[in-house]
Order: sequence, then structure tokens, then C-alpha cells
Amino acid sequence: MTDNTIVILGNGISGVTCARHIRKNDPDIPITIVSAETRHFFSRTALMYIYMGHMKYEHTKPYADDFWEKNKISLKLAWVEQVDFTERELHLAGGEKLSYKTLVLATGSKPNKFGWPGEDLKGVQGLYSYQDLLQMEENTGKIGRAVLVGGGLIGVEMAEMLRSRNIPVTFLVRENGFWDNILPVEEAALVGKHIREHHVDLRLATSLEEIISDKNGAVQGIRTTDGETIDCQFVGLTAGVSPLIDIFKDSPLDTDRGILVDDKFQTNLPGVYAIGDCAEFRSAPGEGRKTIEQVWYTGRMHGETLAHNLTHKKQVSYVPGIWFNSAKFFDIEYQTYGHVPAKWTEPYHSFYWESGSGKVALRLLFDQKDCILGMNAFGWRMRHEFFDRAIREGWKAERVLKQLSSADFNPEFHRQFHQQVLDQYNRENGTAVKLPKRSFIQKLIGSRA
Amino acid sequence: MKFLQNTGLIFFLFGLLAFTLIPFLGTYQLERSEVRKQVKDIHQEAMMEVLQPMFGTRYASNFSFVRDFNRYFDTYNEGLKEDQAWDKVIWDDYAFPLTKASSMSPVADAPLLFLVLSIGLAVFGGLLYTLPMYRNEPAGIKNDGIYFSSMKARGWLGIITGTYLILFYIILYWYPEYLTNLVIMVDPISLLLSGGPASQWFLYGLIYTLAILVMGVRMFRKYKGNNYQTIRTVSVMFFQLSFAFLIPEILVLFNMPWHDFKNIWPLDYSFFYEYRIEGMLGSGALGMFMLIWGIILILIGVPLFTYFYGKRWYCSWVCGCGGLAETLGDPYRQLSDKSLKAWQIERYLVHGVLVFAVLMTAVTIANYFMEFALLGQATDQLHSIYGFAIGSAFAGVIGTGFYPFMGNRVWCRFGCPLAAYLGLVQRFKSRFRITTNGGQCISCGNCSTYCEMGIDVRWYAQRGQNIVRSSCVGCGVCSAVCPRGVLKLENGEEAGRVNDMPIIIGNESIKVKS
Repeated sequence: MTDNTIVILGNGISGVTCARHIRKNDPDIPITIVSAETRHFFSRTALMYIYMGHMKYEHTKPYADDFWEKNKISLKLAWVEQVDFTERELHLAGGEKLSYKTLVLATGSKPNKFGWPGEDLKGVQGLYSYQDLLQMEENTGKIGRAVLVGGGLIGVEMAEMLRSRNIPVTFLVRENGFWDNILPVEEAALVGKHIREHHVDLRLATSLEEIISDKNGAVQGIRTTDGETIDCQFVGLTAGVSPLIDIFKDSPLDTDRGILVDDKFQTNLPGVYAIGDCAEFRSAPGEGRKTIEQVWYTGRMHGETLAHNLTHKKQVSYVPGIWFNSAKFFDIEYQTYGHVPAKWTEPYHSFYWESGSGKVALRLLFDQKDCILGMNAFGWRMRHEFFDRAIREGWKAERVLKQLSSADFNPEFHRQFHQQVLDQYNRENGTAVKLPKRSFIQKLIGSRA
Repeated sequence: MKFLQNTGLIFFLFGLLAFTLIPFLGTYQLERSEVRKQVKDIHQEAMMEVLQPMFGTRYASNFSFVRDFNRYFDTYNEGLKEDQAWDKVIWDDYAFPLTKASSMSPVADAPLLFLVLSIGLAVFGGLLYTLPMYRNEPAGIKNDGIYFSSMKARGWLGIITGTYLILFYIILYWYPEYLTNLVIMVDPISLLLSGGPASQWFLYGLIYTLAILVMGVRMFRKYKGNNYQTIRTVSVMFFQLSFAFLIPEILVLFNMPWHDFKNIWPLDYSFFYEYRIEGMLGSGALGMFMLIWGIILILIGVPLFTYFYGKRWYCSWVCGCGGLAETLGDPYRQLSDKSLKAWQIERYLVHGVLVFAVLMTAVTIANYFMEFALLGQATDQLHSIYGFAIGSAFAGVIGTGFYPFMGNRVWCRFGCPLAAYLGLVQRFKSRFRITTNGGQCISCGNCSTYCEMGIDVRWYAQRGQNIVRSSCVGCGVCSAVCPRGVLKLENGEEAGRVNDMPIIIGNESIKVKS
């Protein structure tokens, strides 16, 4: 190893983006990515599709296998047992040691467990890693019912996976609405309704008391805090994830919930950085942002930014732009741009429209000056660029509503909702916002302008 | 519902079985009168003599009949070739018409009964299977279990299906005399439409059209709620039924040349062949219109429509090959190869075929104006090589037979010269692109997996880049299967169509000078 080697621990989106961008900026610096999960980078968000038979594992790999060699990024399939920060060495299982000049920690997360009785039984698991997927395949082979605990995005993914194989699913959600710490009441209800449409037994305001074992140490049922017992052979724990930092617990590395970093992803140790799910900012990277960002997109941005700093003299701070995220709840796609909390108070005000089908919805949140702060869209694809700009520039409500058609990202010939939205907006606000006119020629050639 | 579908499947399989067995029915006996009817005047005398031993013989199967026919016929020709008597050699194919004329099968007595039992049953069963699909299920992506399916993921069912298709095409193109009973079976329909008896091409056209119609219905079910897919499927069903099947036959009824008005050179590679040109020139005003319309499509239609809408206006909305690929082939779209290697091969092959087609046509036209002097031999040679290698083997056998092995667009992707021409326009001068929605891509791979043209869509999407590729036929499935609403097929301003995003939207840390 030459003495300027960069070692990246973890080959998820953060670590891999970092590696790719380092290579873009510097054609020579040695880069090694270490992971025990899979040899090649795959898309974690696509794990569900392997289980559902939409894709095979190889389809979830964003880069061809020869990409890494072509770009001189060496891959090391190994489990790291310990990091010796003073000697700058990784201790790999099997005794091998790997030295580094710069270490990037991108170890990701693990599913939360909250000390439920029976949480380590056979047939009880979370879903985060490729190994989890294999285990789920094994655990759900011949089962009569599955129970999911915790109503987040992984929970709904697991529900969809299980339903794709016609496995009956009971879904316990502690809160009164689905994902209602993130979604406003109406949106949470919309998603809940759709989950039920897919024959999932969704139990809101229901918590897990314990997981019941059979005589072989496998799950045979659960009991809720209401005392109800539900027979099941599989329990999915989907109450969020937390940083995977177990091997750093008794090391000089400063950790709290995650690995503590500053705005340049620098940990307390020189030459050691942390990005992605496992990093915890000492102070939030922006107003309304969390100190731990566990989203695909933020992982990617962390990687981009750190790679820049590792290859440039002039260092930059991590400055995320307008927040955005997306998800899919069975058939309903969700996109959000900007800042829409689950609850808000005056003088913020919102506009909410839902289609008659109950599967399409739009939420716009405005501040006291009627400037847009954020939006949620359900079953309605929206242009990222449009809302990024509208929110950054603080467009007024009427301007946003008038131009909604140009934000529409639904496929061609899709049903148009703009007029319906305007009708409701005008009714509620006593305004007269009109659809912009498009000439026949513009329509014919599909011009947006 | 499951019961109805299973019944449909059984009907379909019975229909398919009947279709497969019908060629083997009946006995064959050659009559002098039929030779007189089917054979050209100049060959009458020779053929009567050559086939002398066959007259009055009753053959138990088409195999023995065709074997004897070929033996006598080939012996005759070989003898002439040895004597260098080239002008006496009979190049015409009489095996098919004479076998058809000699058939004494029950099919000839009750063609409609056999039609109902084979194609009819298959169509009915197919509809019974597809119509109830996804009933009482919400609209959405229906790709569950595709990679567990033996049929759709190169399992044994897929291998059997592919093998069956390949064999069918080989027999259809090169040994149609074995299919005579099936052709006799569809004679009544042909008589009704064109006033003449059916050929193997009529039989092929009929099942091709029915396949598009039935599997088109499947598309409506599968992509319920996606208007782009629905309207596009209606379009290919319409163009196949009317332009490719009914109108050409009706033209024949009115003594016009068989002509498909939506087929464009160089896909329609024989458009400038002498017999086609003569046919059009000899058919009055309508014939003249065929010629001019065909040339307008080549010179103005293709560039103009492709500029505004991309090549999809043709490949996935109008074209017959595309129509079959998008309906019958839809279950196999995920089997296309996405590797860089495949892309390299594709570029060489498809443009190679385009060059071949252009050269062949240039020679043909030159030959036409030179009044068949110097280039006559070369033209015939080129035509037969192209017809065999590209027109039959590539477009037919590989193009469709390989659906279950290499996906549904093998021909369109690697071989179609018109697709290459449309692609050049699409790549360099068009308003069409697949827009990537900012930074929303999660690299899941659904788009690439379900791209029938083998485009690694994700490669662009995850970089925030629009997809501008010559091969994209605009089927819209990448956009449909995207779980995060990242892809949209669009026609728009040329500025910004090809874009590069070093840092994807949403990250303000790094200011990239552009």
C-alpha cells in the first residue's frame, strides 16, 4: 500500500459515490472499498424487488462488474473486526490488516430493536442488508401469517413484498396514522387506506407487547399491548434504523447515536471521516434538518461533498439544498420537496387537494407571506427542478398554482389534475387563478413552454 | 377467476396442439390438371415429364409426397446444371403450390371447422386467459414473480416456446410445403378478403395480426391506468389490423398490388425492386400514389416526425414488427442484454445492415435505369442474400424466435435498417428525450431491467442526465416501472436536451463551473 491510500469502509451509496467522485477528481490516488455485505455495490432500495421477482440481484447493481477495475477502485470483500486508529490499520476477520492514510467510514445502519421480549427469536428480523433479504427468503418460505411492527417506509416495503407472495400480513403501527410523524393527517390517512386496499390488516394505535416463541425457539405469534394474540410465523421489525457503529464503541472515535462529525464530515480523529447513515452531525446541516440523515439522496450528497474535500485544497462545508425525498406505498408514489412537517402552526397555512379516487393528492405549505415552503405529492409525479426553484425563490401561492402544469411529470396522456386543483384553490381562497393557455400547436408538439 | 383463466389456458393449448397437428393430416395425390393449373406455361412440358411417376400415386403424408417431389424435381435440375444448361433450369418454387393442390385432407372439406378448432380455440382461450387478468386489483406495476417464471426468465417453458417459434419460422420461410393444410384452412378467409386463395404469407399475416390483437388486450390489463401504454397499444393494434392486414388484401381484391402503406424502406427492403416498381407504375393513380407516398415517407416523413416525436412515432406506435414486440413480446422485454458489449455489437450490426440495405437498393435502382444490363446478376445475388440473411433469418427466425431468449426487440435493436435510420435522426436532430427528474433516482434498476432495447437507462438517470439514445423506441415502460417518478418521455426544446450534471440537484456544497 502506498502511503496516501484512501480506504472506504462500506460499499453503499455514500461510500461508492465518494469513491467515484474521488476518482473523477484524481485519476491516481489509490482507493479501496471494504465491505462484508456483497462484493459489488447494489441498490439497497431495490432489495424488495428481488424478493418480489421483478429483478434479480445482478440487476440491482448500478455499475457493471468491470467498472471498478476500469476505474482503479479496488474492492475488498472482508469483515472489519476492529480499527486501529493510531496505527491507521483495519483488522480484518482472518487476521489480515489493511492500512490507510485516509479512512472514510460509511457503515450504514441496522434495524432498530427496542428490547421487545422475543425480538431475537427465529423468524424475527429487520430488513436492511442483503443478508437480511436472504434471511427473509428463508424465513417466509411456508408461513401462514406475517406481522410487521413499526410503520415506516421499510414496513410498507416489507408488506408489499409479503403480499406479492400472497402472505397474509398484519401491520402494527403504534401511532394513530400511518407514518404520521412525517405525514400530515390527510396524507397518512390516504396511505393507510391504500395499504388496506392491498389486503393488509393495518392496526393503527397498536403496539407490540411481546413475541411468543414455540418450543423450538421460533416465533409462533405476538401479543399486542391490548392483550390480543396474533398467530404468525414471521415478524418484521421495521421501527426505523440506527447507525451501525458497534465496532467503534470502545475506540477513540467520538460517537453518540452515530459517528460525530463536523460540517466537513471530519470526525474527532485526523484523517478519519464519516458519511451517510452512520454519521451524526454535531450541529444540524441546515434549518429544519436532522443531525442524522438516513436517506439515499443525502448519502449521495455526503459522498459527493467529502470526495471534493479529499481531492481539493479549498475545503467546502456540506450545504444541502432544498430537501427532497420520495417513496412508494404499494402503487402510490410519493414525492416531497422542501419543508412539510406533520404538523404546523399559524401563520403557516396549507392547501390540500385530493382526487375523487383518493389516490392522488397534493399538499402545498405556505408561510405568512403566502410564499411556498414545501409540498407533498401522492400519485402525482412532480418536476424536481420546478419545486427546487419555486421553494428557493419563495414563489407566491398563486404563481405556483398557475404554473402547476409545467411541474407535472406524469407520463404523457395521463389524466390532468390542474383544473381540479385550481377550482378548489379558487373556491377556498376567493381567487381567480386560471389555467395558462396552450395553443393547439404547442399541444401537438408537446411543448411545455 | 382463476378457473376461467385456467380454462382459457387449456383451450389455448388445445388450439395450439390442433394447429401443430393439422399439417400432418390427410393424403396427397398429384393430378395432371393441377400441374397444368399451377405451373407456368414455359415449364409445363418439362414438369409433366419430371413428375410423371407421381401421377396417380396416393401418398400417405406430406413428408412422402414432398420427398418424392423434391427427388424428381432436383434430379431434373441437377442434370441440367451438370450439362451447363442454365437457361433450362427451373428456379421457380413449385413445391408449395403443387403440394397444396394435391392435398386430400379433411381440412379441405371443412376448413372452417379446423380453423375454429385451432386458431379459433387459441384466440378464444387467449382472451379467456387475458381478459380477467388483475381483476379487482388496483392499477399499478404488475411485475410480481417475473423472475420466478419459467416462461419469462429463460426456464424450460421459455426454451420450449422459443424453440417452437424458431422451428415455425424455419418451416414458414423455407419449407412452406409442409404447412399446406394450414394454408388451405385459411383459404375461405383469403377468398373473402382478396378474392384469391391463401398463401403461407396470408396464414402468417392472419396469426400475426391475431397475436397482436389478443396480446394487445393483455397489455390493456397489465398497464391498466397508464394511458400512454393503452393508447400506444390501440395504435399498434389498429395499424396491424388495417394497414398491414386488411387493406393490402382488399387492394388485391381490386386488382392492385399488395401494399402496406405504413411500411417504409429500408425495412420494406423490396420497395425499389423491379417487380414492385412495375406493379405500382402499372396500377394507375393509386399505384402512383403508393410510389410517391412511399418516397415521401422515406425522405420527409421519417425526419419530420422523428424530429418532433422521436422514433417512437414509428417503432412503438405504428410498425408491425414493433407491434408484435410490444404485445406478444412484452412478457420477454426484461431479457434484453444491457451490457456495454451488447451495445457495441448492436451499433456495428444495425448500422451494418443499414449500409447493406442502402447499397443493395442503390445497385437495384442503378440496374433499373441501366435497363438490366451490367448489374442484373449482381442485383439478383444481392436480393437473394439480403432476403435470406436479413429479411428471413434475422427479422423472422431470430427476430421473433429469440423473444424468450434475448428479449422482444432483437431484430429492432440489432438488425432493422429503418430503426437505424430513425435512430440517427433521433440521436442528432430531435426534440425527443427521456427526461430525468432531478436527483430523485435511487438506482434501483427497474428501468434498465425492463428496457426492451437493452439501454442501461439507470446509467443516465442516476447521474441526473437525460436519456438521449438512438435505439430508444419510446415504449415508455422505463417510466412506467420507475418507483420514484424519475423518468418522463418528452418532446421539448432542443436546448438542454443532452445535459451533464457533475453534481446532482439538491447539493449546494460544491459550485461547479459550467
